[in-house]
Amino acid sequence: MTTLSKDLAASRQFISANDAVSYGVRLCRPEVIAAYPITPQTTVVEKLSEFVANQEMDCQYVNVESEHSAMAACLGAALMGCRTFTASSSQGLLYMCEMLHYVSGSRLPIVMMNANRTVAAPWNIYGDHRDSIAMRDAGWLQLYVESAQEALDTVIQAYKVAENHQVMTPVMVCLDGFVLTHTYEVVKVPSQAEVDRFLPPYAPTENRLDLAAPKSCCISVSPEWQTEYRYKQHAAMQAAKKIIGDVDAAFGAQFGRRYGGLLEEYRCEDAEYVLLMMGTIAGTARLVVDKLREGGVKAGLVKIRSFRPFPREEIVRLAQGVKGIGIVDRDISFGYEGALGTEVKGAVQGAAPAINFIAGLSGRDVTKDNIEAMYRKVIDLARGQAEEEIQFVGLRWEQW
Amino acid sequence: MVNVRDLPERELLYGHKACPGCAAGTVARLILKVTGERTFLAYPASCLSTVTSIYPQMAFAVPSFTAPFAATGAVLSGMAAAVKAKKMQDVTVLGIAGDGGTADIGLQAVSGAVERGDRILYVCYDNEAYMNTGIQRSSLTPYGAATTTSPAGKAGGAIGEKKFKKNLFEIMVAHRIPYCATASVANIADLLGKVAKAKDTDGPSFLHIHAPCPTGWGFAAERTMEIARLAVESGLWFLAEYQDGRVTLNYRPKEFIPVREYLKTQKRFRHLGPAEWNVIEEQRDREWAVISGRWEPAGREKA
Repeated sequence: MTTLSKDLAASRQFISANDAVSYGVRLCRPEVIAAYPITPQTTVVEKLSEFVANQEMDCQYVNVESEHSAMAACLGAALMGCRTFTASSSQGLLYMCEMLHYVSGSRLPIVMMNANRTVAAPWNIYGDHRDSIAMRDAGWLQLYVESAQEALDTVIQAYKVAENHQVMTPVMVCLDGFVLTHTYEVVKVPSQAEVDRFLPPYAPTENRLDLAAPKSCCISVSPEWQTEYRYKQHAAMQAAKKIIGDVDAAFGAQFGRRYGGLLEEYRCEDAEYVLLMMGTIAGTARLVVDKLREGGVKAGLVKIRSFRPFPREEIVRLAQGVKGIGIVDRDISFGYEGALGTEVKGAVQGAAPAINFIAGLSGRDVTKDNIEAMYRKVIDLARGQAEEEIQFVGLRWEQW
Repeated sequence: MVNVRDLPERELLYGHKACPGCAAGTVARLILKVTGERTFLAYPASCLSTVTSIYPQMAFAVPSFTAPFAATGAVLSGMAAAVKAKKMQDVTVLGIAGDGGTADIGLQAVSGAVERGDRILYVCYDNEAYMNTGIQRSSLTPYGAATTTSPAGKAGGAIGEKKFKKNLFEIMVAHRIPYCATASVANIADLLGKVAKAKDTDGPSFLHIHAPCPTGWGFAAERTMEIARLAVESGLWFLAEYQDGRVTLNYRPKEFIPVREYLKTQKRFRHLGPAEWNVIEEQRDREWAVISGRWEPAGREKA
């Protein structure tokens, strides 16, 4: 491993979450980065190209002509045994869609950051989860984070999970566009030496292009064998459930910060009314839970960190003894409900009555008042009051 | 130049399932003889992938990868970056794609790879339609050719493909690529020499190789070389290379044979008559006038 003169020492920095991602990536020493700019991801790849230009990273930085090519170039490099990184958002992520399936099916542990932003039309550059949710079935692990610190730490964890030989599956680290990506926080940046100790150099499996052992990769597979390939992808994703938790625990032991593995519970021990959500809304919702608790309401929240693999067992356990559930989705699957709503309701199978709240679409603010109203509606539902099963929070034409 | 006697006996493409008379298979096999065992290969969805890489059999003896259709150029860029990252020496990063995978859906990615200056060798074998999916037209399908998406029709009103073939070579020249060339499977010495030059180029190189397809064009398998030669002799294909900022015409027939002698060998042109032959001949002459104007000073020395 090359030691660069500018190896990072541990520090506390006042930086944006995008910069925190860049520092996290730098500390993981990717050998190849290929990227294409899109708001609000751009400052991540700008910062990384700056690190490379300053010789603070020993990395091939490839400027490509599209997101499709960004992921294709990462694929080419990962096939040759390189640790790689890219980042995207919204239209860019959709443009890469074909490549996401290609990478996961090729079982390459690429890590990518996605700045969650809605998708056109109507045109809008602000945050919701409709981009990454649309990639739910692309075979990538999807981890949603809440803060700049969690973003940095999750990038490091992501490589460790992805490159585990039981997993060998790519990971998407999702940050809410602008609300998180462009918000500045004090972030603890660990030292290069510490991260090197946690994350050794990438050790690929024999599934790679190797002159000494020529293979055809992504070979055509007939119906006779395709199911077995898919089963192995599914099994790897299932295995990742435990590994995500183990890696988070190991990270916590070394760095003193952990995030609950697949999901984080907040004041759920004796909770009667629980909201489940992903990303930054959890930050606001914690304050609401505290307020409700002060008023004697047994409120709790669950921040789903891993949407894929989905923590079904944990959610089933949490639902026991709960009187009402609210699921907050920053997306909508038109004609049905929010994606998280579907997953959670499918897991708990009616163990508790539930409302699916569609909120924060295209950057619409989700306020403490909004969240408190969600809890109130869940309480009303639990007490037998009729409630719509799917509710668009703050909709101009309804009683919000 | 490459002396065929110096080519290794070992086959690096062996046992593939291409149709008899397939020029693409011959082209890929010959190219690998020159680039050798230290080659990393990517090819998109194409006849070549379909006939070489079906689990659990692989026909390539070099590390190879079925690239996404639109992204061969970008995959090669990633491989070239990996070669640098791993500090590998004396390797060739090779892409082999068809005309659709290069000039249509893959054009953006190959343009990006060439513009970046990555050390890659990109080969387009041009059989003038999407043969793998059943003979649909591409932007390199020639005027008048009947394909399954540019049919000749029954009423006599349709003439097959209505547009003239795009000049892919000039698109690459416009990139100021360090080395690019056209070649024909009929002129193997010329082809091998160009592969060797491309391999040694310190930067991107591009070969556009005319590769007749018995199945898609409608001719008997044993006539592949003959038909490839007729294309060159009739002026419907040209042999040229671009190097050090100038184009050289490698071959100019003293006199073109009539285009009908080429067209009449293939079922895809059998609905055409003297009127269409004239259109094709006029277009050929216009193209050669353009070519001559731009490139001839260098070409005449050789002719």
